[in-house]
Formats: sequence, structure tokens, C-alpha cells
Amino acid sequence: MKPMSIFWSLRPILSALLLLVGLQQAAAQSETGWLQRIMPEKDSVPGKLNMDAVLDRPFLKLGKTPLAIGGYVEGNTAWFSEDGVSEGLSFQFPRLTIFMASTIARQIKFMTEIEFEEGGREINIEFAALDLQFHPAFNLRGGIIMNPIGAFNQNHDGPKWDFISRPVSATQMLPATWSNAGFGLYGKFFSGDWTLGYEAYLSNGFDNSIIDNAENRTFLPATKANTERFEESFNGQPMTTLKLSIRQLDIGEIGLSYMGGIFNKFQEDGLVLDEKRRVDTWAVDWNATIPRIGTKITGEWAWVRVDVPETFTQQFGRRQSGGFLDIVQPVLQRKVLNWEKSVISLVCRLEYVDWNAGAFRETGGNIADDFKAIVPGLSFRPGAQTVLRLNYRYHWQRDLLGNPPVRTAGWQFGFSAYF
Amino acid sequence: MHKTPFMHGIRMTFIFACTLFLLAGCEKTAPPLPEDAALLDGPVEGLTTEQNQRFLKGDIAFNDEVFTAATGLGPVFVATSCAACHAGDGKGHPFTTLTRFGQSDESGNQFLHLGGPQLQHRALPGFQPEELPAGAPFTKLLPPANTGLGFLEAVPDAVLMALADPEDADGDGISGRPNWVNLPDYISPRPDAIVQDGKYIGRFGKKAAVYDLLQQTANAYNQDMGIVSFYEPFDPYTGLEMDPEVSNQTIHDLVFYLRTLKAPVRRNEHAMEVSAGRTLFEQIGCAKCHVPTLNSGPSPISVLAYREFSPYTDLLLHDMGPDLDDGYTEGSAKTAEWRTPPLWGLGLSKDAQGGQYFLMHDGRASGIEAAILLHGGEGNSSKEAYKALNNQEKQQLLVFLESL
Repeated sequence: MKPMSIFWSLRPILSALLLLVGLQQAAAQSETGWLQRIMPEKDSVPGKLNMDAVLDRPFLKLGKTPLAIGGYVEGNTAWFSEDGVSEGLSFQFPRLTIFMASTIARQIKFMTEIEFEEGGREINIEFAALDLQFHPAFNLRGGIIMNPIGAFNQNHDGPKWDFISRPVSATQMLPATWSNAGFGLYGKFFSGDWTLGYEAYLSNGFDNSIIDNAENRTFLPATKANTERFEESFNGQPMTTLKLSIRQLDIGEIGLSYMGGIFNKFQEDGLVLDEKRRVDTWAVDWNATIPRIGTKITGEWAWVRVDVPETFTQQFGRRQSGGFLDIVQPVLQRKVLNWEKSVISLVCRLEYVDWNAGAFRETGGNIADDFKAIVPGLSFRPGAQTVLRLNYRYHWQRDLLGNPPVRTAGWQFGFSAYF
Repeated sequence: MHKTPFMHGIRMTFIFACTLFLLAGCEKTAPPLPEDAALLDGPVEGLTTEQNQRFLKGDIAFNDEVFTAATGLGPVFVATSCAACHAGDGKGHPFTTLTRFGQSDESGNQFLHLGGPQLQHRALPGFQPEELPAGAPFTKLLPPANTGLGFLEAVPDAVLMALADPEDADGDGISGRPNWVNLPDYISPRPDAIVQDGKYIGRFGKKAAVYDLLQQTANAYNQDMGIVSFYEPFDPYTGLEMDPEVSNQTIHDLVFYLRTLKAPVRRNEHAMEVSAGRTLFEQIGCAKCHVPTLNSGPSPISVLAYREFSPYTDLLLHDMGPDLDDGYTEGSAKTAEWRTPPLWGLGLSKDAQGGQYFLMHDGRASGIEAAILLHGGEGNSSKEAYKALNNQEKQQLLVFLESL
């Protein structure tokens, strides 16, 4: 594609960007008594953890009704080339998410998040739970819950991130947005600058597809295609998800999480089909803002263990690991045009996933099947709820045997905004 | 005060302009296209737009389609997709080595009732893989490269017969004979077919027991992945006839893809070392079996018809001596006989095998020199001649082979 044709192709998305930002300004000015915007607390507020992300969002409250609504939208353009061959410029509309919250009665709240992905090709209820809030340290939650493995699955709203693509380790190794029907409890304890949060859930879990799928590798997100997990467990064995988070204002938040259980259908109608096979995942996440220079660091690393039968193909790995590290450095914080608190940041993400850790039985040689990426970029936040992002992405994917990697690189430019 | 918004506007415009400028220059920030000579995959030059479309359909079936339990995989199998065994259309890796068993002479496979001729040594969860029957003769076979197959298929039978010397009439110690095979019902003999006692000349597979690419494809779907088709309707697990799990259209698209994969492109062909190596290759007799050039005959795909190409094979069977005799065979081949493997693409093999060579029929040779030294039987005199070369000459020969 010639440079000038790319320039003209970009006109629609630039127009959409300017229109969105303009509409946000207009909405802000038209807030009246019947439509009131409720802003989330700042990230720097003591006691705020990733586990709060599902409730701590900007909402529009409808008068004196108990209902609040909100959502966010993402759109971008992308130009990628794989080993020198490009499919050209694309415009993408990855998701429109709507959330609603309602205080049903004192200490009883309902919250839901409904996502329309890729123009409505997929419509998912990502979260729909009733909270019984007895005490900050003890709350019950039930419904469609988001399993708190890692931090990204809990805190994935597009406008919060300075990168257009979601981290591969948090979306394709660990699934995101990964939710199930289930119940559990959560709570927080406070002591001075310290906050300790816990979550514990039992929910439906994975299925056979994690080691039997068209990705040709162990792929936990394959279960997302099984919508029956909201109706019944695949095997009658609940999956356990546990998370412990601790936060101190200076050092940030550190989370340790576990999710696991039996994933396969080992019996049906009382007949044994296979032995019970487990999947276990662990994750550690960390986020902090360095005082004075304001550098925001967000990282997550996870490990996956799956009981793949010895007699199945090693194409499907028994162990996976991977993670990402985001660095966001604000370089300009001032009024820009009519936006009083604009922030321009330089950003960089590093990613790595080993899809299949181990060695070939036949040779003892290393099984490769790994992925790494670097994503430098620039973000512009005209306000807290909107981000315009420019990312350059370069990634390498090696096959199982470790042959020369497929190299993919490209540019992404787009926006994400709460509305 | 009045200048500030204006200046900020200028800055914003500048940022957007930079953004557009960067996007406009995307192509310069992308990874470069690898040189054609560095890749084994890709279509032969000169396909029509219609043929390109068909090539892409076959490419998807070969490289992207992964079978699962729901789409018919297994339940016993060797691999989950075609590409799993032929990464980048190159040679396989010991991870994808398959085992054939049950035949030790021309009388045919005596173990078909026990799961022959191929061992499906992997199985879906909950199933047990096939086990090698006691007493069955067997061999392990490394998947071959796919490149240039259409050219090999288009070589007339008469050309192969002209290369054959089954009784070693010229006394050079090299015999070379076709593998005469029975055709499955769904295979139509080629128009120029030469028939002997109702049998035809096989040319694909390590033992040259496969007649054409349709037979190879239908057989691989069935024996490698447990996928039944109109052509191979019997499930290797149950032995029962099943409904097709892959369409005829997909099979023929895939056959077209295999037919129209390019021949490997030479690297450094005119370098002095390479030229000297080629001369040595012929002097020590390697070219008697690894025939440098062949000519195709008529083909419905015009770019394959009447072309000279350089596969370095005669597609014939040769006795390779006792060390390479695994006691297993196919068709009318003796157990020590193997089809001369094409050497084209040899230098690129390791880029499809995880960065190291796995050569000979079962990958036992970890390098080109090791492969040469494993030659016996009809290849023994060339091996001895190689051993007699000085180090510089050996290096020249190896450099030449790397250039193929």
C-alpha cells in the first residue's frame, strides 16, 4: 500500500477519534441532576486493589434510581506484516462493553458486564454477580464471576491500558476474559498503609478442549467456546480459584493467585471414560507507580500445568509459562487544547510465552513453541477516561521444533474510552 | 495566556502528523521478506490466478487445518495435522517419525489384520495407542520434504525405465529398478503408464511404494491422522468403513498444493567451491543414483510440463547394504532396497528440523557426512571414494550438497 493511500485510509478513524473526544466533552457539560457521572477513585487511593476493578468504574447514575450504567469502547487501525508479507491496513472494532450496577437493597448489589466483540460476532456476559456485602473483610459473591487468576483478568478495561493489543500471556495462555458460573467470598483488611485482600471461589471450569483444539497446542482459552459452562459443569468437579493481594502505597500491589481443578470428562452415565486429569495455574502480578518520576510498572507472570496423557501427542504441552511487563512513563502532564489534565506517555511492553516447556521424548532436545514480543508506543490521555494509543509491535513465534521464527511487525493506532 | 491553547494545538497537530508519517512508512519497519532461495515452501512460478486460488486452499488444508476429536482425529494417530510432520514443507523430525510394520518380502503385508501397515502410536485421552505386534518386521520412517513433488510426478515412466539397470548390465555396480506396485481402486494409471504383471511403477515414499500424490494424500489422512475419506474409507482404529471426515474437494486441493510447490532454489550455485564439489560428486559416482537432472513429460498444469529440473534422484530402488536393512519393505522392494531420496533442498533441511540435520530414512544421520558414511551396498563404492578424498575435497563436496 502506498503512503498516500494509507493517509487517506486513516481519515475515517481520525474523524471517529475527534468525534468521540468531542462527544465526551459535550456529555460532561450536559450532566444534570438526572444524569450524574460517578468517577472511580484514583489508582493511588490507599486500599484499592485489582479485585476492586469490576466495581470501581465510571458510571452514569440515572437520577435517584438505584441503577447506574457505563461502558467502554475500543477501536483501532492496524497494519501488520508477517515475514515481509502484509495483508494491508485494517480497521478493527474489538469490543464494546456495557456495564450496569444496581443497589438492590442495603448491602446487596448487582453488577454486570456485557461485551460485544468484533462488531457483535461474539456477545458475552463476562460478569453478572450479586454481592452480599456484610463487612469489608467478608462479602459473598455469586453468579457469573471472573476467576481472579493474575491481575489482567480482573482489571482488563481497555481505557486503563496504554497498549492496543492485550497481553498474549494473559489472554491466550491464561484466558481472558475468563468467567464462569460460581460462588465465593472476598474481603479486605486494612492496617496503616497496608491493605490485604483475599478472594476464594468455586466455579465451573475447563473442559477437554484445552488439549484437543485447532490451535494445536495446550490452549486454556479453548474452553471459552463452550458456553455450556454457564449451565453446568463439564465434569461435575468444581474449579477452585484463590487470590491473595497485598498493597502498600510505596511498593504497590502484589498478587498471588491459583486456579485449578479437574478439566476432563472422566465419566458419563456412571461409565469411566478416562482418568481424572488436572489443570493447575499459578500467577504472580505486581503493579506500582514510582514516586517522583511517576513511572507506572505493571507485570504478571503465570505458570500452567496440565495432565496431558503420555500417549497423546507432545504437540500439546504439559507445562507453560509466560508473562508481560508494562512500563508507562508520563512525559507531559498539562492542559492540551481544552483538556485540562492531559497526559502524554512513552510506553513499552515486553512479552514472553513458552507454550510448551519440556523436551522431546525422541531426542531429548528442547521443545520450542515460544513467543516473545516488544511493543513500544505512545499514549495520549486527554482525560482519565479516554486514551489514544500508538503502538509499534514486533513479535517472534517459533514452532515446536525451534525452526527460524515467524516474525511479525506492525503499527496500531486507536482509542479506548469509557462512556 | 492566549497563545497557550494555540501552541498546544500546534503540538497536537504535530503529534498526529508524526503518527501519520510513521504509519505511512510502515513497510520500512516490517521484517523483510526472506529470500526465495532460503525457503522450501511457496508455489512454482507461473501459476494462473485460478491456480493460485486453488494453491491457497490446499495451503490452508495442509498448513492450517488441525484435526481434533470432534473433526475426526484418531482416536489413534501419528499427528494432528499435515504441517505437524512437514514444518515449512521440509523434512520431518524424530518427533514425527512413523513406524511401518508387517511386510518382509514381495508376498505382501502379513499384519494387516493386526493394524498394519502403519503404527498409530498416539491416541486421544481415554484411548490406548496401537502397539507393535509381536514378531512384526518394522522400520521407522522420517517424513520427507514436499518440495517439487509435482515435477517428480510428471516424469514419464519411460524415463525411469531408461534409468533402470536391474541386472547391472553396464557392470558399474549400480542396478536401480522400479518398485512395481498394485494400485488401489481409486487410482487411475497415468496415460503413459508402463505395466508389468498388472503392477505399476511407484515413485513416492521411502520405498517408492506410492504411485501418485492422490494416493499419498489419502493414505496420509487415513494412516497418519485417522481421517477417513471417500478414497480411504476404513477407520484404522476399528477397521470399519466410516463416513468421510474430509471432503474430496479438500483432498484434491491439497494434492494440487503438493503438485505446485516450487522446486528448491539453489544457493551459491556458481561459487568455486560448489562447482568443484559438483565435479567430485560426479567423479566418485554419487550421480549414478542421485541423478542430477530429470525431465517432466505432459502435465495438466502447464508450468510443470516438459521442464528440466534438478532433483538429484532417479526415483528407483537401490540395495543399500545390510546396515540399512531394517527387515521391512513395501511393494516389490527388497528389505535392503530404498528409493534414492531427492537431494534438492538438502541444505535447507535443518531449517525445518529444528536447526539440526536428521538424515537417512529414519533420521539416524546427524549430518551430511554421517549420511554419506552410512551408505552401503550399491552406494559402498562411492562412500569409499569419499573417504579417500582429502579434507579440502570433502569440504567442497559437502558445500556443494549444502547448496542444493
